[in-house]
Amino acid sequence: MAKQVQGIEKESLFKRKKRRGNKIPYLFISPFFILFAIFMLCPTLYSFYLSFHEWNGVGPTTYVGLSNYTKLFSGGGLFLKSMTNCTIIFFEYVPIMTLGALILASLLNSRYIRLQGVFRTFIFLPYVTAIIAITYSFQYLLDTNYGMINLFLSWFGIERIAWLNSPTLARICLSSLITWRWLGYNMVLFLAGLQFIPPELYEAAKIDGATPLQSFLHITIPLVKPIIFFCIFLSTIGTFSLFDEPFILTSIGTSTGGGPVNATLSPILLLYNMGFRYLRFGTASAVAYLLFVVLFLCGLFEIKFLGGKR
Amino acid sequence: MNLKKGKKKRCFKKILLYLFLILLVAAMVFPLLWMFSAAFKVKSEIFHFPPTLIPKNPTFSNFLSLFERFPFGRNLLNSAFVASSAAALSLFFCSLAAFSFAKYRFSGRDFLFLFLLGTMLIPYHVTLIPLFIFYRRIQWIDKFWGLIFPGMANAFGIFFMRQYMFLIPDELLDSARIDGCSDFRIFLQIILPMCRPALTALGVIFFMASWNNFLWPLIILKSDKMLTAVVAIRRLQSGPLWTPYGLIFAGSVLVVLPLIILFLAVQKEFIAGITSGAIKG
Repeated sequence: MAKQVQGIEKESLFKRKKRRGNKIPYLFISPFFILFAIFMLCPTLYSFYLSFHEWNGVGPTTYVGLSNYTKLFSGGGLFLKSMTNCTIIFFEYVPIMTLGALILASLLNSRYIRLQGVFRTFIFLPYVTAIIAITYSFQYLLDTNYGMINLFLSWFGIERIAWLNSPTLARICLSSLITWRWLGYNMVLFLAGLQFIPPELYEAAKIDGATPLQSFLHITIPLVKPIIFFCIFLSTIGTFSLFDEPFILTSIGTSTGGGPVNATLSPILLLYNMGFRYLRFGTASAVAYLLFVVLFLCGLFEIKFLGGKR
Repeated sequence: MNLKKGKKKRCFKKILLYLFLILLVAAMVFPLLWMFSAAFKVKSEIFHFPPTLIPKNPTFSNFLSLFERFPFGRNLLNSAFVASSAAALSLFFCSLAAFSFAKYRFSGRDFLFLFLLGTMLIPYHVTLIPLFIFYRRIQWIDKFWGLIFPGMANAFGIFFMRQYMFLIPDELLDSARIDGCSDFRIFLQIILPMCRPALTALGVIFFMASWNNFLWPLIILKSDKMLTAVVAIRRLQSGPLWTPYGLIFAGSVLVVLPLIILFLAVQKEFIAGITSGAIKG
């Protein structure tokens, strides 16, 4: 009997009230859904409509069917080029950065390194700096004639290199910039994950004679696997939505970046050029939609991959 | 003898490890130092080989001409206004929705929450073109509302606050209810004060995102005095052939410094906020 009374009391007044068709919770969540409808859903649908039309922003809109899409895929189409660029950049930096972040996190998590906090703060610092500011700094560092990097190289007798004039080198510079900025962020994610590994596991492995490398390979990596996937997922989205970095890094004067010979052109940069420089809103919308599909598939893949595991 | 050797070897390894870490920190700080030093160089020193890390005759002329030739003070204020109002409004609407999802039971709740999480999969780039057209129609071009509104109700923010609100015991809310507190007052006077650490973390994340945002303000802001500071830096690059690094880096220092200070002040909460998605999500 007493138990029953207790049970009733435990049922929160808050949660009991709902059964009487309370409107308040709906009122509280409505701002999100209203704003979502205005600033996300309607534009997304309108974008779909626009991608089948040609419009320069003032004149009449003309229906052109799939031609916006086919143009992007045909020989001269820049969309494929931009996707290839991002894929190359992805493979240039994601493996190194992810592994590097994990190794750093394990180092800074082990008890026998001091000043961990200081190291963490400094490695994380790039993440909070404005990309535009730091991209200009990189551009100046890499300058052929006045840059610090070429000065370093000259100490070893290496001739001046025009970093941002060669397609391959420009992409590598872009990858380094991204790594520089995101290494600390990924490290912090791994550090958070490492907190959940009980230290006894490492102690037991040590007693059994495992080297630090073996512990890392057989304990750390399997246990932080979900976070590795999460990081790679974030990097995928980040790489294919690159804009600020290539826009500034390879720009000269008032031109927009993306060069040399479109080697650092990213899909969003293409979208920007199509939409806001050439005022081809239809083509720009088609770019946005193709990218949307690619990213959406990546997202689903990730949810399936990770969701099934947990 | 053998033991001593082993100790020496370990000591050597440790020194190597520290050396590696120090080099890494140097690499992380170097681009920032480079930016700071260039901000205090005269033009002839910026375009000079070999480059110097410490300016030979440091000068404030870059900062002075930045404020003379460009309304950069106004631009910084714009950034501060946009970022703080965006952060404050998002915090309010996100926690309001999170309160509802965490503490009420209503039909469709779980479905609506799942839907909300699903919206995170839509990249906001799809909306750039249509929103620009829409803003042109309602004359929001060159206005701050256009920057503040779209991010105001944010799925990540709601998810984040909801996780935190689960920790608040229901009994507390019940006793407030018995005392005759309205739902909205419970939210304002009990829930919000209790969520302070989470609100700090999320507030800083929103503030930084808005402060550093480049693409959207670049598209919708037009006149010099309406620009946010980050876009103004890009606008400084007006000549066709060379880049006025002195002015750009003077502006960059002013843009980067407040955020570094803010980050150092709330580092712990900020990092806890960033990592929460990885562990729980």
